[in-house]
Amino acid sequence: MSAGQEPVAPLPPLGGLGFARWAWRQLTSMKTALILLFLLAIASIPGSILPQQGNDPLKVKEWIAGSPSIGRLLQSLGFFDVFAAPWFAAVYLLLFISLIGCVIPRARQHWRAMLAPPPSAPRNLDRLGGTVTLDVNAAPAEVLAGATEYLRRHRWRVVSGPAGTTHGAQWVAAEKGYLRETGNLVFHVALLLILASVAVGGLFGWKGNVIVKEGGGFANTVTQYDAWGGGRLVDSESLTPFSFTLDSFDVDFEREGSQRGAPKYFEAKVTYRDDPAASQQQSVIEVNAPLEVDRAKVFLVGHGYAPHFVVKDARGTVVFNDAVVFLPQDGNFTSTGVVKIPDSEPQLGLRGLFLPTASIDKIKGGQSVFPGPDNPAVFLSAWTGDLGLDTGMPQSVYRLDSESMTQIGLGTLRPGQIWDWQDGSGSVMFTGFDRWASFQIAYDPGKEGALISSILAITGLMLSLFVRRRRIWVKVLDPAGATTVVQVAGLTRSSSLDDIDLGALTDDIDALVREISRAEATPKEHS
Amino acid sequence: MTTAALAQASNAAIYAAMITLTFAMVAFAVSFAAGRRRVTAVAASVGVREGEGSVAVLTRPSDPGEQPEAGRRSANIAMSLTWLSFALLLAGVVMRGLWAGRVPWGNMYEFSISAALATLAVFLFLSLRTDVRWLGLFIVIPVLLTLGMAVTVLYTEAAQLVPALKSYWLVIHVSAAVICSGAFTIAAAAAGMGLLKGGLERRAVARTGSSDGVLARVPSVERLESFTNRVVAFSFPLWTFAVVAGAIWAENAWGRYWGWDPKETWAFITWVIFAAYLHARSTNGWRGSKASWIAIIGWLAFLINYFGVNFFVNSLHSYAGVS
Repeated sequence: MSAGQEPVAPLPPLGGLGFARWAWRQLTSMKTALILLFLLAIASIPGSILPQQGNDPLKVKEWIAGSPSIGRLLQSLGFFDVFAAPWFAAVYLLLFISLIGCVIPRARQHWRAMLAPPPSAPRNLDRLGGTVTLDVNAAPAEVLAGATEYLRRHRWRVVSGPAGTTHGAQWVAAEKGYLRETGNLVFHVALLLILASVAVGGLFGWKGNVIVKEGGGFANTVTQYDAWGGGRLVDSESLTPFSFTLDSFDVDFEREGSQRGAPKYFEAKVTYRDDPAASQQQSVIEVNAPLEVDRAKVFLVGHGYAPHFVVKDARGTVVFNDAVVFLPQDGNFTSTGVVKIPDSEPQLGLRGLFLPTASIDKIKGGQSVFPGPDNPAVFLSAWTGDLGLDTGMPQSVYRLDSESMTQIGLGTLRPGQIWDWQDGSGSVMFTGFDRWASFQIAYDPGKEGALISSILAITGLMLSLFVRRRRIWVKVLDPAGATTVVQVAGLTRSSSLDDIDLGALTDDIDALVREISRAEATPKEHS
Repeated sequence: MTTAALAQASNAAIYAAMITLTFAMVAFAVSFAAGRRRVTAVAASVGVREGEGSVAVLTRPSDPGEQPEAGRRSANIAMSLTWLSFALLLAGVVMRGLWAGRVPWGNMYEFSISAALATLAVFLFLSLRTDVRWLGLFIVIPVLLTLGMAVTVLYTEAAQLVPALKSYWLVIHVSAAVICSGAFTIAAAAAGMGLLKGGLERRAVARTGSSDGVLARVPSVERLESFTNRVVAFSFPLWTFAVVAGAIWAENAWGRYWGWDPKETWAFITWVIFAAYLHARSTNGWRGSKASWIAIIGWLAFLINYFGVNFFVNSLHSYAGVS
């Protein structure tokens, strides 16, 4: 070619089809798969370093507020929702296309290989190396029949040949370990099934969070959730109609040692029914023990305190009497919350800090020093004026908009204490507290499929890594000779050249040779 | 035994294991240095027949060659000391579990001593089947580092499990992950050794025209690569199992089987990298040193998952118990 004497063969025209074929070959090559695997690993990294929308939307907001220009750029590129970003999807979809393009031809090839008989013996077995030659005191047909029987018993696929000879068979060819490639194909198909199961869960599944106070109830409709998200194909109007009430919530904390304050256990006792017509049942929900109702699962994910207040107006009429959910701010359950009383005249609002074990620090102010209720107290600031509820703007129940309100005063209350406001506009009594529990309720119709596919994947993986594909030939050297001289040799056929493959094959051959030798033979040489 | 006595005994056993391991390290180092002086080339026992692609020809694999006399005694002493360290460490971990009244996998101190134990266990298990004395130095060093970090930075008194860890899945999920930590470490050590030997051989060939005597105590580069492959082939399905078991547990504890929590993300990254390693082993041009690098990167990803995610990232898996 380099001499330029021979005519250079024209390249085939690289038209649309030619290009498509070229691109397909590139995509389905092992090197491309390798590069895509690396890309997938690298693309996942930002998802573990930056806060993610799906796990911690609040942190994402904080991050963007901290450095707005970079934050907005990263957000527009999907870095705060990496695993839903188009570029991440591009990598794994290409990888799966490459996988399909690899699996289909290999499955076809494997199918043919499984139907085909083991290949006939090479002319010269000596060339294989490791060949064992034996002198046997038995007729060739007997030796080969014995070898065939032995190999079949050990689940080798056996043929003898050559076809159509007058002297009978001269060799036996055997192959084993087809499950290696089967396992390999099963593993890769199972990965596709896992992806499909994840997709099913994403389209038909839903997930919601709700906080329930002791004594409070919950019915499974979207409006009852504090937060709810469902797949595109979920009919949010017809969720399974179960309901439950939180009868009590128990928690205990470590009091001693380095882990002081860590929870020892917490559990929610509930009464539930599968649907409004069903009978009531009791259950206890714990951290690793969710309640399963009609394929949906109710998980206990958090808990906190709900201090109970009784508020009276200037005339002594009770205008508020309820427990209010306060959200924990630290590990010792220093909790904040607000009370809004729109029905009093004028409207009233309370901003509160609840401390289960209060400690008054000169510098830091009030804070809780233990998560259990050893010394509960609330710090309140009372406000009067317009709560701003009539503007039509949605308001958080955990924030008091005091812009058009005036402060009445500040008070500290222990359970049972009453704080009379100085201006005579009313009073508030801290009667005690309930606990609340937060639940995550999830329905994922893809999870069983994902589990089965995963088990399939592990099984396939183990077959593809541990089964050894190998061939053995037994050959009678001179069928017409006086004595029967037999050669035994083998080949391994796995892609990685490992001693362990050869070791397994050596063991097979040794066992076979022993078997043949039992027909009163003497091994002549190990070459 | 009283709780206090158990606590003392557990800590004492772990310190004792560290002392014997230090002696083992010295003995391994002596044998490693001694082996370098001898000129012995260990031939690869695997040949590829021309034109047969990936079909290996059967040859009887001979023993990796008798160890050169120099340094063999210290290697044997080192192995005995490693067995002793393993026994001491096992006692320490078991007593830690008895002290806590549960499996000893509640915080990073306990994960670390268990990982060190698993690494020694995998190494010693391999030593029963094949000669791996050449690998000893590079196993004992990371194990000692892990233990040193455990008793200094990570140490915590035994306490009850936080409710999130109270599940039998803890035993299944963590034991698989801990064994993988040992296997990945050994795979990476062998891969690193292969790269080192390959590099030194190339330099020796460039300088003297022969690679004889380069790290003679260590098997050939091909054998090191094949050894790495075997260890990864063992640990990859186990790692897959650890991840799947974790997903089943997560579904039961948190209401989703996969949520891209940083720990899950790095478990996934580790999985993908070792998957890439296995693919590289059957791709022309990637089988040798490139594959070895991938194995090392996979091990680093595992370490990032263990140390990085527990310390620096806010994760649902933050059970370090270190303040």
